[in-house]
Amino acid sequence: MALRKVLGMETEYGIDPRGMGEKNPIAASSVLINAYVNQLQRKVGWDFEDEHPGNDARGFAREGSMPPEVETHLVNAVLTNGARYYVDHAHPEFSTPECADALTTVLYDKAGERILARSMEAAARALPSGQGIVVYKNNSDRKGNSYGTHENYLMDRQTPFARIVQHVMPFFVTRQIFTGAGKVGTEASSTGGVDVEFQLTQRADFFEEEVGLETTLKRPIVNTRDEPHADAQKYRRLHVICGDANLAEVASFLKIGTTALVLCMIEDDWFGEKDFTLEMPVAAMRKVSYDLSLKLPLTLANGSTMTALDIQWEYFDLARKYAEDRGLEAIGPSGDQVLERWESVLTGLETDPMTLSGQLDWVAKYRLFSGYRERHGLNWTDHRLAAMDLQYHDMRPERSLFARLPMERLLDDAAIDEAVTEPPRDTRAYFRGKCLQKWASSVAAANWDSLVFDLGGDPLRRVAMMEPLRGTAELVDTLFEGCSGPAELLERLGS
Amino acid sequence: MAERELKKKQTTTREAEEVVEAAPAESKQGDKIKAELDDLLDEIDEVLEENAEEFVRSYVQKGGQ
Repeated sequence: MALRKVLGMETEYGIDPRGMGEKNPIAASSVLINAYVNQLQRKVGWDFEDEHPGNDARGFAREGSMPPEVETHLVNAVLTNGARYYVDHAHPEFSTPECADALTTVLYDKAGERILARSMEAAARALPSGQGIVVYKNNSDRKGNSYGTHENYLMDRQTPFARIVQHVMPFFVTRQIFTGAGKVGTEASSTGGVDVEFQLTQRADFFEEEVGLETTLKRPIVNTRDEPHADAQKYRRLHVICGDANLAEVASFLKIGTTALVLCMIEDDWFGEKDFTLEMPVAAMRKVSYDLSLKLPLTLANGSTMTALDIQWEYFDLARKYAEDRGLEAIGPSGDQVLERWESVLTGLETDPMTLSGQLDWVAKYRLFSGYRERHGLNWTDHRLAAMDLQYHDMRPERSLFARLPMERLLDDAAIDEAVTEPPRDTRAYFRGKCLQKWASSVAAANWDSLVFDLGGDPLRRVAMMEPLRGTAELVDTLFEGCSGPAELLERLGS
Repeated sequence: MAERELKKKQTTTREAEEVVEAAPAESKQGDKIKAELDDLLDEIDEVLEENAEEFVRSYVQKGGQ
């Protein structure tokens, strides 16, 4: 039985301080986040007790691998919606709370965009006139520097990691045809002789390894960071670093939903003899991203060839049979929607990708930029197209090109606004968020799998939350009911 | 593989049947999208950063994850 999927997304935003002299992205990120957090009444810091980003899922640390640095001295906040908002690698980063289905994950990712937009406004108020900070939800500065949008999927520890790699690698390479956020030109040192005017993804240029622990250099397609933020005997967290930052709700939903579904299929050993292992996955990442025709064949390890779309259809067919046989409960209430949308988007890509301009970021961008290019008779290398490429991702509503496009919505604005402050109800994020809403002054620190209370004279009291699906509204609302304060809460918890 | 061919053929047949009714609506939808794109292209120069070249040049990030 596939494990019920608990999901999350982390986004490092590009940051552009303006009118502030020499650009210092770390200082600017701190100003930005502090401006937001300071206007809230309650401030709670992050607790680093259980952070182990250097652990490797394969059970060893490869020679030459570098565990990421944890910058504990920088601003690091926990929000009442259960999210984490902090400075990471010279970027402001927003991590969604744990969510129990793909649509909810997109909801909180979108709430994160609003939090960043409000942070820019708060920073503008706090800074002297003429200074400001602008953030971009993209993954590259177009000069070879990349920053990530990561996905997280709770998995069964018993699933052999090698099996995950075998089936997820071809999926990651080929899902780019709908997850890509599009980019004008390329930043790769070599494109294998391909002239790249526009490509499907922001990130494909930056992958150099198949499997590995790194996230900031020699980036691998499958990341092996083994830090479950939950009971490590039962769970692993697959940390996915090869995706793009999506603005289109449909693309984002499909990225998370299809991946969660494929991971369930891997847990249930659903692939049988089917094996789409690619001969050269790293080269294939770029080949797929550079191929706007979606027709170039990829060579498989068994010597046969298939297009990215062929491989996606194979995964989809297996997924549909899986859904018929096992159901989709493991990926939550939006499971049917994932399957339907997956089929309709693959069909659209097969017949005419441009029909998906309201659903996929790369198509929306390509259509808009092509229109502008034709109207003004520009080359793809024109600065105005490069500027548009950045400005598509601008988080200021009045400057965002994305915001002007007639994109299909899956979420309503009121729900996104609510998610800015309210936690999801069906994971442990509910307990974290509600404790912060009620008793922030007694919460000394928080992290993914614990809350630390300071009740005054006593030693600090840590409440462990090793089960991501406990601490839900259903389970803890009765606990909160009539509870006079954190002391009584801890008593009721028996801790 | 054979099974997939069959499925895809079924999909195509189903679409072909739907096309008869859907065509006028779809082309209307297509016109609407094109008109919206034209409107957007009309106003885009007002939204774009003033000095595109300088903006693109000065947008430099430290590498992240």
